[in-house]
Amino acid sequence: MRKVAIYGKGGIGKSTTTQNTVAGLAEMGKKVMVVGCDPKADSTRLLLGGLQQKTVLDTLREEGEEVELEDIIKEGYKMTRCTESGGPEPGVGCAGRGIITSVNLLEQLGAYDEEWDLDYVFYDVLGDVVCGGFAMPIRDGKAEEIYIVCSGEMMAMYAANNICKGILKYADAGGVRLGGLICNSRKVDNEREMIEELARKIGTQMIHFVPRDNFVQRAEINRKTVIDYDPTHPQADQYRALANKIDQNDMFVIPKPLEIEELETLLIDFGIAN
Amino acid sequence: MLLRHTTKEVKEREGLTINPAKTCQPIGAMYAALGIHGCLPHSHGSQGCCSYHRSTLTRHYKEPVMSATSSFTEGASVFGGQANLLQAIETIFAVYDPEIIAVHSTCLSETIGDDLQQITKKASDDGKIPQGKRVIYASTPSFVGSHITGYANMVTGMAEQFAVSTGEKKNQVNVIAGWMEPSDMREIKRYAKDLGANIVLFPDTSDVLDAPQTGKHEFYPKGGTTAEELKSTGDSKFSLALGCISAEPAAIALDKKCKVPFETLDMPIGLSATDRFIMSLSKAAGVKVPAEITSERGRLVDVIADMEQYFHGKKVALFGDPDQLIPLVEFLLDLNMKPVHIVSGTPGQRFEKRMKEVLERAPYANFKNGLSADMFLLHQWIKNEPVDLLIGNTYGKYIARDEDIPFIRFGFPILDRIGHSYFPSVGYSGGLRLVEKILGALLDRQDRDAPEEKFELVM
Repeated sequence: MRKVAIYGKGGIGKSTTTQNTVAGLAEMGKKVMVVGCDPKADSTRLLLGGLQQKTVLDTLREEGEEVELEDIIKEGYKMTRCTESGGPEPGVGCAGRGIITSVNLLEQLGAYDEEWDLDYVFYDVLGDVVCGGFAMPIRDGKAEEIYIVCSGEMMAMYAANNICKGILKYADAGGVRLGGLICNSRKVDNEREMIEELARKIGTQMIHFVPRDNFVQRAEINRKTVIDYDPTHPQADQYRALANKIDQNDMFVIPKPLEIEELETLLIDFGIAN
Repeated sequence: MLLRHTTKEVKEREGLTINPAKTCQPIGAMYAALGIHGCLPHSHGSQGCCSYHRSTLTRHYKEPVMSATSSFTEGASVFGGQANLLQAIETIFAVYDPEIIAVHSTCLSETIGDDLQQITKKASDDGKIPQGKRVIYASTPSFVGSHITGYANMVTGMAEQFAVSTGEKKNQVNVIAGWMEPSDMREIKRYAKDLGANIVLFPDTSDVLDAPQTGKHEFYPKGGTTAEELKSTGDSKFSLALGCISAEPAAIALDKKCKVPFETLDMPIGLSATDRFIMSLSKAAGVKVPAEITSERGRLVDVIADMEQYFHGKKVALFGDPDQLIPLVEFLLDLNMKPVHIVSGTPGQRFEKRMKEVLERAPYANFKNGLSADMFLLHQWIKNEPVDLLIGNTYGKYIARDEDIPFIRFGFPILDRIGHSYFPSVGYSGGLRLVEKILGALLDRQDRDAPEEKFELVM
């Protein structure tokens, strides 16, 4: 079982990319579980065809310790197993602690057990790793490989670099490695070259360049992944390609985050500062 | 040799505290809250916090200490403790019927960002607080400050949340008690009475934590400052804060909210600090010092003069809490003793500054407060420069035993002796008690160690 965590700047398209890629893997016949680690609980909407009704933490709050696995895991597109941590409403409580609690609970309840015959677990994590809780999926050998979704926009690259710093910390202690950057294109000038260069400097690869296509939004409005909504659409092939590359990936590194000056130089060299 | 691993060589430490000379903020908040009449302290956090704080107070006072808890679970930690606290307020008023609930936070509820002001307001808006009852609160994260900070925060909460200015000044003086024993608070009231000064003392744990055995258990003993008295502090003509760390913040809050001018004094421990207290109180209340108080002072001076030879030059190591240490060190200097090592786990520049003023007469003294000022450091200092006497709370007994030093229990907590809650340390009579204890310890040691030819009958 490969355990994958997807990180990236807020709004970059982590959940969309994750689910579309998972659809690609599922289509290949892989058994995948998606664990949404975002209090908004919208990481599995496209796979389930709507929002997960009950999150792990909602269930824990209502049922106490008597939570059953079937209460919190629902089957979605092509037998993907979907679960959402959930969390408090904005402005109260501790969302980070929520992630810790729910990941622990999933483990206790045997969500990762062999009987489920899982090929992949995907953790889709809230944008910025603001506190220890959001690093839970990469702690003590939970997720082993990480993909960072980014684009050629400065703040997205900045966030990607920052996330690498977090990975570095846990890479030393546990076994977590960076599998690559996924460029979710924003149609920035020289975007592909710039992210390829950023990846090279960090010591990893740009595993795939996902071109921008409004069809993704259309599928989203219909609560579906692209592959599910229209398997013949060219964008579906992009996600299939990404799924395939992840499946074949054998480049796992401890990232070398850049100094800020270096990152800014990169931006200047590739022309967006002009 | 329980502390045999303590080394003589003192090394600079950054990230390690060994045997801290302080404890949690909520203990202070809980203690302060017990000084309000009919008040049930409430710990907004997990059950363990509440049990530990209660039991420490119980062990120190040998009295039952009641306190409620929000009983945080995993769920409360994630979703916030509002639901727990609202339910607690409802249950407490229904079952235990206090006049006041004094809520303090804990590390956990602070870290997840629970807002006690917002939650208590919601409790009030939702009609969960019965007519005439009150819920007050104080923020007391233990990763900041010490139990003294927690005490100061709760006392400040009392001032901020109770005091009302009606526009009509009352002929009364607020006396804000720094962290002291119930016996001390009783003694402060006795002085005010003897002076004829009309005071409101808050908090006031006398008749709460030293309540008499009557054969009947009173859930809310008769002592404590009442809500009415606390309200009236806003109309007082003056405030005296007894302690720059544990009492002054409340005086500042009263001045800000109700324009009550104040003076900050050291806690009246020992001769000089008591002199200043008596003079300031007589001035603030506009009363004369009666002859009886002057005689009382004279008796203390007489004993000091009679026994000076036994005090002179004796080296003392002390540890404890800021507002008690400051006047105690000054008193030792008045006795011509030498306070050579002083530590306190309570941080703060205000404390440091005031202690340094007092220590101007003792340039030889080692003094450190804050995070790395712990019992381990004190012990190391003692190994480097031995002392004749150790003064501090019960935790000092390990050092006293290992180093074979006479030891006087003073401060918080005292878990293995009684007396502190019954015999005051403040005032001239408190000074007499301290002198008696110091002499007793020193002379017992002299008797124990004297060779036969120097074993004195008359001392």
